Amino acid sequence: MNQAIWAESLTKKFGSFTAVDAISFEVGQGEIFGFLGANGAGKTTAMRMLSGLSFPTSGKARVAGFDVYKQPDQIKRHIGYMSQKFSLYEDLTVQENIRFFGGIYGLSLKEIRTKTAQLLEELDLEWIAKTQVRSLPLGWKQKLAFSVSQVHTPSIVFLDEPTGGVDPITRRQFWEMIYRAADRGVTVFVTTHYMDEAEYCDRISIMVDGQIAAMGTPEELKRDNNVPSINELFVQLARHTSSK
Amino acid sequence: MKTFWAFVKKETLHILRDPRTLVILLGMPIAQVVLFGFAITNELNDARIAIFDASGDPVTQEISDRLTSSGFFQLAIKLDQEDQLERAFQHDRVKLAVVFPPEFQERFFREDRPQIQLIADATDPNTATTLIAYASAIIRQYEQEKKGSAALPYSIQTEVRMRYNEELKSVYLFVPGVITIILMLVSAMMTSIALTREKELGTMEILLVSPLKPVVIVVGKVIPYIALGLANMAIILILATMVFHMPIRGSLFLLIAESLLFIMTSLALGIMISSRVQTQQVALMISLMVLMLPTILLSGFIFPIENMPWPLQAISHIVPARWFIVIVKGVMLKGAGLAVVWKETLILIVMTLVLIGASVRSFKLRLE
Repeated sequence: MNQAIWAESLTKKFGSFTAVDAISFEVGQGEIFGFLGANGAGKTTAMRMLSGLSFPTSGKARVAGFDVYKQPDQIKRHIGYMSQKFSLYEDLTVQENIRFFGGIYGLSLKEIRTKTAQLLEELDLEWIAKTQVRSLPLGWKQKLAFSVSQVHTPSIVFLDEPTGGVDPITRRQFWEMIYRAADRGVTVFVTTHYMDEAEYCDRISIMVDGQIAAMGTPEELKRDNNVPSINELFVQLARHTSSK
Repeated sequence: MKTFWAFVKKETLHILRDPRTLVILLGMPIAQVVLFGFAITNELNDARIAIFDASGDPVTQEISDRLTSSGFFQLAIKLDQEDQLERAFQHDRVKLAVVFPPEFQERFFREDRPQIQLIADATDPNTATTLIAYASAIIRQYEQEKKGSAALPYSIQTEVRMRYNEELKSVYLFVPGVITIILMLVSAMMTSIALTREKELGTMEILLVSPLKPVVIVVGKVIPYIALGLANMAIILILATMVFHMPIRGSLFLLIAESLLFIMTSLALGIMISSRVQTQQVALMISLMVLMLPTILLSGFIFPIENMPWPLQAISHIVPARWFIVIVKGVMLKGAGLAVVWKETLILIVMTLVLIGASVRSFKLRLE
């Protein structure tokens, strides 16, 4: 299989605290991989290591075929990233935001122009291209941020709780965008708190206390653990550790 | 390089999108120079005085005339009774009262050393001291003239010349100070806020995960503020020379080069602050407390460093503004060249290098 992300015994320690404890997993190209876990379970730390923001303490990992220790710059060039905090500039217009992010990824002026037109059309935002982002509804902003994170056509996108605070309809639309991206062959690595969203993923992993407690397709996980929903499994795993 | 300009352009847009801040940043130097130049002056003109003349003879009359025609004083009220003094200070708001004792003329010519009493309103001690000094000088001069004919066997004459600022214009003192404060404000405070804003809004993550090198992010962010700082500098210099006729006796090129150096020092300070705090508000507070206050109070701009207790004098050595003010005064007023201000320049260069080194380090630490 063509691997987009490959990690083996990936570990991150902050002093004596182990935030990520020897996790190993693989994500195939074009797969939608859900990365679940309670707050503080180590999701964000793992994601930061994979996106070249911080070095692992030990273990190995390759992202888009590049080594996280030796080629973080190459990794950055080939991934898109959208964080849980809103990640566009509110005081710039829709168009200026697209141009800026195209610019910092080194796109040529011509590429930026075609990309801008294409994104605006896809999102149906042409009529407010010159409006400052601050005046858009949150759902639109999130969809725009998702598109902007792919302005340089990365092969992998990391989404850190992308749908936080968004209404159910917009969430649904957002996931349709994720599916379309996956259809184009983009690997989607997404963290979320919404367990119904977990069911939309091709495969998920559930992190508890820095370790991967369960991993597989949603159907496999429900069948093997004999639970009606991922939500149930998540609560079981989380409770199990907190009572220990 | 292209990515770099994309960044500078974005940063410029941020500044332009916030016209209120821009107006404040560009208007502030104008307001400050005009305020310091016109309103806040150390010179005193037409101070209101009261005179109580118990003699009413030609000598006291002549001294009174000298005082009131000097331009420094204007007669607000002439008192008939000594007990009206309190009322004159309270009600007529006089700043100074001059009291002549009885039989002044007779005693003066008998060389009986008659005394003139000068009573000042010392609610503002600086004004009081200045008024007393002015009045004493006028009286002493009158005395000299009268006695000159008597030809004292020995006497010392002092001849005073106020070099570099013959007319003792206070704007000469304030302009270097205002330049320093504005450059510090724009460079250090604004960059520390601009950098922390990216962190607070979460856009810094996005920038760090992009292929942009951290150094490009920082340099790209500060470039527009360097331009803004230089624009402010130009505004101040134009105002100072055109409106207040302040000279630039040294090289303008040196002045600008030194200002750029000081801007670099301030930027490094701003970057260092931003790398240690998480919110714009904290950045603002720290900039005000740690940068602006020492720049105003410990730089020698308003309070002479020589008069400070030694711990404050010691601290003033690490305030960059202290050295920069010496440079600006030297170049503008004394026409000094690099040969004269090399020591201060060197200190600023070393400070800048140390600060840039430290801020690059703390920026890296954050990235791990």
